[in-house]
Amino acid sequence: MRRRRLRGVGPVIVAVASGKGGTGKTTVATGLALSLEKEMCFLDCDVEEPNAHLLLHPVIASAEPVYLPVPVFVPDRCSGCGYCLDVCNYNALALIADKVIVFEQMCHGCGGCIGLCPTGTFEEGRRAIGVVEEGRTGKIFFAHGKLNVGEALVPPIIKNLRQRLDTVMPTVIDCPPGASCPVVQSVRGVDFCLAVTEPTPFGRHDLEAVVEMLKILGVPCGVVINRADLGDAGVKDFCNEKGIPVLAEIPFDEEVVRSAAAGVAVTERNPSWRRVFRGLWGEIERLTNYA
Amino acid sequence: MREIVVLSGKGGTGKTTMVGVFATLAEDAVFADTDVDAANLHVIFNPEVVNKEPFFGSQLPVVDQEECIRCGVCTDMCRFDAVHYGEVDEYNCEGCGVCLHVCSVGAITLKDVLSGYVYDSKTPYGPFFYAELGVAQESSGKLVVRVKEKARQAAKKENKAFLVVDGPPGIGCPAIAAMSGADLILAVTEPTAAGLHDLARVVGLARHFGTTVAVCVNKADLDESMASAIENYCRDEGLVFLGRIPFAKGVVKAQLKRAPGMEQDARPVEEAMKRVWRRALCL
Repeated sequence: MRRRRLRGVGPVIVAVASGKGGTGKTTVATGLALSLEKEMCFLDCDVEEPNAHLLLHPVIASAEPVYLPVPVFVPDRCSGCGYCLDVCNYNALALIADKVIVFEQMCHGCGGCIGLCPTGTFEEGRRAIGVVEEGRTGKIFFAHGKLNVGEALVPPIIKNLRQRLDTVMPTVIDCPPGASCPVVQSVRGVDFCLAVTEPTPFGRHDLEAVVEMLKILGVPCGVVINRADLGDAGVKDFCNEKGIPVLAEIPFDEEVVRSAAAGVAVTERNPSWRRVFRGLWGEIERLTNYA
Repeated sequence: MREIVVLSGKGGTGKTTMVGVFATLAEDAVFADTDVDAANLHVIFNPEVVNKEPFFGSQLPVVDQEECIRCGVCTDMCRFDAVHYGEVDEYNCEGCGVCLHVCSVGAITLKDVLSGYVYDSKTPYGPFFYAELGVAQESSGKLVVRVKEKARQAAKKENKAFLVVDGPPGIGCPAIAAMSGADLILAVTEPTAAGLHDLARVVGLARHFGTTVAVCVNKADLDESMASAIENYCRDEGLVFLGRIPFAKGVVKAQLKRAPGMEQDARPVEEAMKRVWRRALCL
């Protein structure tokens, strides 16, 4: 089933992305969710390394495995024609002495071999590649996905998470780092993307990739410069060139690190931080015409 | 030749800085940057590119719109919600090609997609291989495999002692591809709850593949008690702990100069990183 939502209809959905890792996505995303003191939905889409729960401490109410379909070979039905090997684009099948061997780790679960085998040789099985957990903390509805260690395929878990998006509440999505398929799945169709970066050559280089990606996806964006006092003007120059608004500049502060070490959101440790994030949210609402 | 892969789980812990410091230390190494999503090592290496190779890592269906009769068989069979009565959603598409096989009028073909480029380059520190994934592209794992393949070939051909690989964050397909075939994983973490949490997942991944892991904590003095907690975790898990690296605001200056060597005010950081490397090389 397709779920499409018109941008600008319903409460605002904001993704927090970064390109470069460790720039402060989770600090900003959790900071926003905790500062507004209203019913919110929070999705942690960094399913390889989910971290938001370490700051939000949600009470998890449900945990559902995410499955991929896998073919199960039934020997008596196979004619040995090898058509399934032609269909499989992932080299996940091998025909050895009238038996089809399935390499489950290579399989993307397209169902081609199952649906197209002329003699119906394959039954459909499934295997869990991760889990999606839902819960609550204060006024925040929380969901995150966790990829099982050793598994490679991230997008199915992110897609599963995105389907849990509640359209009656404003939503914050904490994205994975980078600018490739997991990030694309996390930011598609959101109303606004905050790109959190640091004012260094690495930060700028990776921000450029994110901005380029958001342009292709048609998602409007604004930049947060974190550790704004440790670097140069490269990021700002880039934003000026491209006409991207810089919505906040947050100086380096050891308090933020100590909070992260203790597993406490900085807004809870020191409530004066809420002002920063409320201001940021106000800017987003202004730019997306939600206010 | 020994292959050392620098990983972290959590992003921004200092993987690239760490590899940069190794470059100033070692004379007999080949380097590879496998964070193809957000490659940064070339920013401080200033490489002289000697070859740029296009990389076609995935396929997308092309529907002949005049042939298509909008029967919807493709839509019914696609498990990725990626083709809708002959219209392709390229971001959902996994390139499996099922639509091509089921199309009732044969209107679908697959085309190769340019996923990115692989670069061979020369640097003062040794041969260096890196890649840039095209914007919003997939198949970063395959691109990582290609970068490593080329770097290994070069290391063997030039008979180098080390291949040092700057890894991606996370534990998914790019991290698995970066880790495969490594002799040692050097995990760089930071003294935060997330740093420890993500380290544990990298360690789990390394165990899954039977690879040795050694750990260091970067920016350790920002929270000594958390750094100690990580050190204890390593002891409990039987992992080699290579040391603590202090934090210095001056570290960023090396990056601003676009060079791997650090200036006076970040010397203690550089020295600590070198100590970690010397210990890692003994393993």
